Amino acid sequence: MTQLTATTSTVESLAGRIWHRLRTLNPVYYIALVLLIGVVVQNPVFIQPDNFLVFLSRSAPPMLLTAGQVFVLVSGGFDLSVGSVVTSTVIISAILANNDPGTTWWVILLMLAGGAVVGLVNGMVTAYLKVPSLIATLGTLLIVRGIGLFWSGGAPRGYLPDNFRMWGRRGITGLFGLREFPYAVILLIVIGVLLWLLLHRLNYGRQLLALGDNPRAARLSGVNVNLVRISAFVICSMTAVVAGVLLGGRGGVSIETGTGMEMQSIAAAVLGGTMLLGGRGSVPAAMAGALALELLFSLLNLLGLPKPLRDAVQGLIIIGAVAYAAYSAKRNR
Amino acid sequence: MAAISPPASQTSAFDRARHWLRDSRIPPVYGILVIIFLVSIVLDLVFGIDDQLYIFNRTIMTNVLVRSVALGIVAVGQTFVMIGASIDLSVAYLISLTAVGASFLMNGNPDNIWWSVLVLIGIGVVVGFVNGTLITRLKVNSLIATLGVGLIIKGLLNAAFDNFAGSVPASFQTFAYGSIGPMPISVLVLFLVVAVGWFILRRMRFGAHLYATGGSEEVARLSGLRTERILTMAHIICSTTAVLTGLFVVSRLRSGAPWVGTDGLYDLESIAATVIGGTTLSGGRGGVWGTLAGVLIFSLLDTTFNQIGINAYMKQILRGAIIILAVGFYTVRSMREAA
Repeated sequence: MTQLTATTSTVESLAGRIWHRLRTLNPVYYIALVLLIGVVVQNPVFIQPDNFLVFLSRSAPPMLLTAGQVFVLVSGGFDLSVGSVVTSTVIISAILANNDPGTTWWVILLMLAGGAVVGLVNGMVTAYLKVPSLIATLGTLLIVRGIGLFWSGGAPRGYLPDNFRMWGRRGITGLFGLREFPYAVILLIVIGVLLWLLLHRLNYGRQLLALGDNPRAARLSGVNVNLVRISAFVICSMTAVVAGVLLGGRGGVSIETGTGMEMQSIAAAVLGGTMLLGGRGSVPAAMAGALALELLFSLLNLLGLPKPLRDAVQGLIIIGAVAYAAYSAKRNR
Repeated sequence: MAAISPPASQTSAFDRARHWLRDSRIPPVYGILVIIFLVSIVLDLVFGIDDQLYIFNRTIMTNVLVRSVALGIVAVGQTFVMIGASIDLSVAYLISLTAVGASFLMNGNPDNIWWSVLVLIGIGVVVGFVNGTLITRLKVNSLIATLGVGLIIKGLLNAAFDNFAGSVPASFQTFAYGSIGPMPISVLVLFLVVAVGWFILRRMRFGAHLYATGGSEEVARLSGLRTERILTMAHIICSTTAVLTGLFVVSRLRSGAPWVGTDGLYDLESIAATVIGGTTLSGGRGGVWGTLAGVLIFSLLDTTFNQIGINAYMKQILRGAIIILAVGFYTVRSMREAA
């Protein structure tokens, strides 16, 4: 299929090639672009570099979460525990750091290690106990949130020191004449590129997609199925920890920080063309899906829609996007 | 069969009991229920915060059942859609909508009960129909379709109400607090819902068709079943049970608020109870009696934790671990890849 189009496009003109590329581009980029134009029409200063970077740094945590979720989704599973991981990262770091700047580094490392453990548990329960990941991660959702709340006694305690919070709210000053280049955006780019490489340029990614497409075939062709599956969960939980560190820096300590993020990340990934139950998905498209949702919230906000109605519009959009994807898949067959 | 099995005199009583259990088609989850029950008695004996064993306390034992009603009714509906290889995440929001809607529409006036209940059931049927249509006709993945519908309900509900609205009349609260003889009405309703669910699944043609659809949609369709209609019907049944749960919740609380359904985690817990009860996520297998046991396990755990005075957050941790272990108990022997 790709070979065929490649040969036809070589004989076509450059314009034809560009047209073909645009036509086959994942529709999520157009959705994001339309929403961006909508926001800019409502609020022209939005597109000024400084303002746009602030928006990007606010969108970094959901985008990272979505990129991590893609790894589990393309393997054929779900990770419902990411919201709890975010919340517990924030709560537990605040208790451990307790406003002492000297602790920041080891607290962040400890949280990443904790995330890896959660991912290991999710992955091993799914791979060895054969518990469907929807149930396994529902269990860890309760466990991880329970641990965070048990430790803190149910209310946020302690403070995050400034050098912890800087990751979510500060940036490098004086770069390219910008007011500030947010650390969150730097992390977003670095981790985004790493995850993109991992899924789309390395053998590991091919194995993961093969596993999601057909686990039996993947096993028979020599993929270490359990290892690949478990690592996908570890990657997902660790990006959730990074998102938690950023959100804690931005919003401070709250037991509501990660609420609802598991479903939002799945919805964003699906908006970006990720196929549930595995086999297909793209990191940049999923991140664009998350960005599109954030743009949508900004737009609805600018239009003066009451906050609760945003949920309703979000629901309509994800149903519409998935229905459209199903429709065009049927048409192309 | 009788010819190859050894004479009864040579087998031990234990073996005979095992065979009887295997032939009786009692879902294996009842084994887990019995184990948890026995463990809870031991725990109560050793760590109990009062001198009395809870199993001898009628109030507490009744409470175990009453606690099961809200989750139990909606879990029966969830069992239907999961047998059809679908899933419904919108139930929690529909429960909130029903609870708020009931207290708003009835507004304390007993004359409003009947038409309000009919209106709410009508809403449930519409929601189920929309879920089913999105999944079967527009081919939207069930997780996304019902999540989307749930978000729409949540958004509209939160835009219209931000707190407790109105109240249900006292006569309506007999649903939650009344009893016939020693039996609470709500528990009778739960058993009635389970029995009707069993009857539909095991004694009616629709049930057989639903199992076939969940087992393999394509095979069922090629055999001439109208799988779209069957699965849509399962979704309508599920949403209707969510409405019933919402009515029970509001009759207990007297007034509904937009968060009662989501705070109860009815979406994920009904799925967990159904899976613990032996219904598979991949569809085509399971039943409502297993689900009832799954729900009873949850309320038995809650009661035990209360009896031995476990911290509310520790409860969550244990609950999560038990969900994983209970499901792992079946799945660990399966040869198939889980995802």
